Amino acid sequence: MDKTWNNKAWFLVLPVLVLVAFSAVIPLMTVVNYSVQDTFGNNVFFWAGTEWFEELLHSDRFWEAMVRNLIFSFIILAIEVPLGIFIALNMPKKGWGVPVCLVLMALPLLIPWNVVGTIWQVFGRNDIGLLGYYINALGIDYNYVQDPFDAWVTVIIMDVWHWTSLVVLLCYAGLVSIPDAFYQAAKIDGASRWAVFRYIQLPKMQRVLLIAVLLRFMDSFMIYTEPFVVTGGGPGNSTTFLSIDLVKTALGQFDLGPAAAMSLVYFLIILLLSWVFYTVMTNYDAER
Amino acid sequence: MNLDFSWMAWTWPTAAFFIVIALMLCGMGVWEYVSPGGNPRIGVLRFETTRGDRLFLSLLGSAFIHLAWLGLIGPNLWWALALSVVYAIGVFRYV
Repeated sequence: MDKTWNNKAWFLVLPVLVLVAFSAVIPLMTVVNYSVQDTFGNNVFFWAGTEWFEELLHSDRFWEAMVRNLIFSFIILAIEVPLGIFIALNMPKKGWGVPVCLVLMALPLLIPWNVVGTIWQVFGRNDIGLLGYYINALGIDYNYVQDPFDAWVTVIIMDVWHWTSLVVLLCYAGLVSIPDAFYQAAKIDGASRWAVFRYIQLPKMQRVLLIAVLLRFMDSFMIYTEPFVVTGGGPGNSTTFLSIDLVKTALGQFDLGPAAAMSLVYFLIILLLSWVFYTVMTNYDAER
Repeated sequence: MNLDFSWMAWTWPTAAFFIVIALMLCGMGVWEYVSPGGNPRIGVLRFETTRGDRLFLSLLGSAFIHLAWLGLIGPNLWWALALSVVYAIGVFRYV
């Protein structure tokens, strides 16, 4: 039987198109317009051409923020993915422990970003914060306000605390979907614990792991609120990531032209990385 | 109703840029109407692409070509535009 084609169905998509136009397309067009102009306020603009893009591409500040962001994302993935797999493997698969663990794992994900930042800002302080006070009491010189290394450690631990649960829950979902027959076959063959992980669990988790890597990379590459609340991008510029630098340029200095140019370059990088991840994921599905 | 878009700070070059993008999308719509299905095929990248994918790759690649030209060579972007057109033709032909 032939399919019935009815192009009137396209009208049902119109509300979404209007919504996307107002929330994304029109603001993006405005950013493009700003990126080639300069303004001193009062909605008066002067043509600047590609000047802001040239300035940005030759700016050490921009490239340093970019490198910082890439290093941060790499560290986050290197910690959260293996840790998430490890926790998921050790979570109970049946009994009363399942709901308890799931609720505990879901809790950090429910806390808003700015609250997480505030919690860790207080928690890490060496005068009133539980963590900062006791680390110093142990004789370790820890002060995230003054020491760039301590600031990085704090921001990374905060992100790991906040987001490893997401990796855990995704991996756990992948693990519980593996039929018992696989484990029984492995037991009959006398497979070791490592062999079960390497040849049964890991391949079965590959799909959810890809989603976890994608989500964590994109999120960590666009991170703003938590480090901004904890360190404000400091000490110096040591935790100034791309989004913090962007907000400083746009709202702190009110340089709308350079900020718009930076937004567009940032957007293009995100778009490219999203496309790469999307392509890898869809092709992996197609191969299966 | 008086619609005031002055806050969007339009200029003729940016308007021309978006008109070209809109015309491209309309052209793709007409192409799809004339030849439905998106012409999926496996090209040099070894995965399936439709002509929509190829337009996306062309536009994204062109943006990076322009940025690279601006950063490495200079502000005269006509050669970057020419290179982007060649790149887009290559994408539509081989990807």
